[in-house]
Amino acid sequence: MTATTLTADRPATGCDGFGRLLYAEWTKFWTVRGWVAAMVIAALLTAGVGIWAASGSHGQPCGRILPDGQVVGGACASPPLGPGGEMVTDSFYFVREPLSGNGTITARVTALSGASSAQTQGTPVVLQPWAKAGIIVKASLRQGSAYAAIMVTGGHGVRMQYDYTHDIAGLPGGVSGDSPRWLRLVRSGDTLTGQDSADGTHWTLVGTARLPGLATAVAAGVFVASPDSVTEENASSTLASGVFDHVTVSGSRPGRGWTGQDFGAGAADRPLDGGYRRVGGVFTVAGSGDIAPAVASSAGSGRPADQGIIGAFAGLIVVLVVGTMFITAEYRRGLIRTTLAATPRRGQVLAAKAIVTGAVTFTAGLAGSAAAVLLGERMLRGSGFYVFPVGGLTQIRVIAGTAALLAVAAVFALALGAILRHGAGPVTATIALIVVPYFFTGPLAILRGTAAQWLLRVTPAAAFAVQQVLPAYPQVSNAYIPQYGYYPLPPWAGLAVLCGWAGLALGMATFLLRRTDA
Amino acid sequence: MIRALLAEWTKIRTQPGTGWLLLGTVAVTVAVSAATSAALSCSSSAACHPDITQLSLTGTDLGQAVVAVIAVLAVTGEYATGMIRTTLAAVPRRIVMLTAKATVVTTLALAVGTVAVLGSLLAGRLILPGQGYTPAHGYPDLSLVDATVLRATAGTVLYLALIALLSLGVATAVRDAAAAIGSVLGLLYLFPLLGMAISSPDWHRHLQQIAPMTAGLEIQASTDPNTLPISPWAGLGVVAAWAAGALLAGGLCSASATRERQTSPSSSRPMPRAEV
Repeated sequence: MTATTLTADRPATGCDGFGRLLYAEWTKFWTVRGWVAAMVIAALLTAGVGIWAASGSHGQPCGRILPDGQVVGGACASPPLGPGGEMVTDSFYFVREPLSGNGTITARVTALSGASSAQTQGTPVVLQPWAKAGIIVKASLRQGSAYAAIMVTGGHGVRMQYDYTHDIAGLPGGVSGDSPRWLRLVRSGDTLTGQDSADGTHWTLVGTARLPGLATAVAAGVFVASPDSVTEENASSTLASGVFDHVTVSGSRPGRGWTGQDFGAGAADRPLDGGYRRVGGVFTVAGSGDIAPAVASSAGSGRPADQGIIGAFAGLIVVLVVGTMFITAEYRRGLIRTTLAATPRRGQVLAAKAIVTGAVTFTAGLAGSAAAVLLGERMLRGSGFYVFPVGGLTQIRVIAGTAALLAVAAVFALALGAILRHGAGPVTATIALIVVPYFFTGPLAILRGTAAQWLLRVTPAAAFAVQQVLPAYPQVSNAYIPQYGYYPLPPWAGLAVLCGWAGLALGMATFLLRRTDA
Repeated sequence: MIRALLAEWTKIRTQPGTGWLLLGTVAVTVAVSAATSAALSCSSSAACHPDITQLSLTGTDLGQAVVAVIAVLAVTGEYATGMIRTTLAAVPRRIVMLTAKATVVTTLALAVGTVAVLGSLLAGRLILPGQGYTPAHGYPDLSLVDATVLRATAGTVLYLALIALLSLGVATAVRDAAAAIGSVLGLLYLFPLLGMAISSPDWHRHLQQIAPMTAGLEIQASTDPNTLPISPWAGLGVVAAWAAGALLAGGLCSASATRERQTSPSSSRPMPRAEV
């Protein structure tokens, strides 16, 4: 193809020149029907595949209603909501007394160990690192009600925890008959103060919790909990046993006397049966379950609402192809020579192309991911899964972040296209760098452990972290892996890794475009 | 036919990059296999991979992408440079041209696949015992004498050849390198991801049965065949069906383009372009 005569009456320079360049690149984009159609398809795929995946997901049948009105099953009710609106696990063995008004509870813990039960026959007895034995003040006997507790844990020393998500460290080390732990919880109005001691005379402040609107009458006592033993594939309930003595409750106690209760038994996650024995002043309590925020894991049928976002992969491959072709087609047709003759400042050409590609992809991605997230969540709710509540801001971050992921990935493909000048290489390279690491570490989990974590930190696939909706809690043992929606990097840091790759490629492309013949 | 074959062989041999891509296939397959084998240690019994044959051939997951690139470029390279006009002038029957291309690409894929798969297996044999996959733990050394390992090895080579044919068919139909490789890799990688996103077990199983990658790579499974979504050879049959479908689509697209040219004289444009 021979270059046509150019009728540019003035050289394109400065801001005005760049505006015209942008306009020229935009014209090149929208006049190719195939690319515009591909962008629409990318948006439709992102939305459609996500919604389809959500609608095809079915949990275990929960509480099916038979024609005669009888409810069967019902073993997977949605977990209770905590004071902050988050889903929580709230089941433990509770030995309690009612407490009215201010008061102080003190107890000495002399042992905490894993325990076996008739329900766990054959499985080895292991003390969970986050098994808990301690004292608690709970606003009411409703699951998910406000609480403050100070406890000895299996492997993390003394902790003060309150309202499910808060966790403060106290004395380190384990507990035994030789080195017991004294725990104290002081209630004053709606403020609870936790203290610990190794000898019962020298007390140290661990933390203070304010439980707004705490009623006068509360439940107070000792508790034992042992969270599920969770691996990447499965989860099993565990039981722990704690021994308390010197248990004293001072304050107004209407209707004295201890009551033992398997708190939360028969709820969403069925813990093992606990129990308690009181000999003299010594309480031996066995309990199962946890008092903690709920996390997505192999244990439950809970799903974060990002399930619908799987469609982004379908959209991603389409935008990678379009991003590549936006530049390689110019080389193939020879149009690049005209382009560079019209705008001799080659860096600006690439910048204009990147802006057009990024903006168009972002728009398409925004439409697609918004539909996928909003409609997909509705679908999931109707299909037997409980969906973790997600804040509006988080939802906006997931939608905008996914659109940004698609846009930056398209620019990355464009830059590689400018470097390699042929279509097949950039598309394969970007798919291999963005999709395949997720493929290896994500749902298929071919790679696990630290290798998988590093792959999702350094490759452009790190950007999928923008889709994480649930926080990972250090005080909850779980396999925090992509399969359950947890990524090793914080959301924006993950996207920054992809931006880094794209920026590097763009810089190299600019350098090569300036130095070499078109 | 022989001359067409020779012509295709000369073209692919002299095309810049073919050598690097062949080398790349072997390098990527063996490197990913070795890295995965080295990353998955069998220290605690829970973390052990149940199937070391499959584990040592993990590199196929990525190596197949390079094989697809080789096959796609064999077709689209000609459309990009205009060489296709010369080719079709010399071999006017497109079916002959397509058959010759398919033969050459398949031969190359078989050759490079054999090297890559044997290299992966060797890497696995050297690395895995050091990771705790020892006969004492119930993991016998990988050996081609073992019928299952032999089936997995030969099957994986065949799988790579079928992926090359699938890519060739798609490229003939699409004629653009970026679009063709995007379609092929989308077909390969998206299906398994979708299958995992859907938690309905029936849907999941059906997706694994029809997706070329998940069905085809069951040929590597050396665990109990009854637990697989599809039996190993049937899985390879699914990939063969996909490849046949793609080649048919490619053939039909070429044929319809020919008819269009023959029936409408207006399509002979004054400016020669690649749309032949």
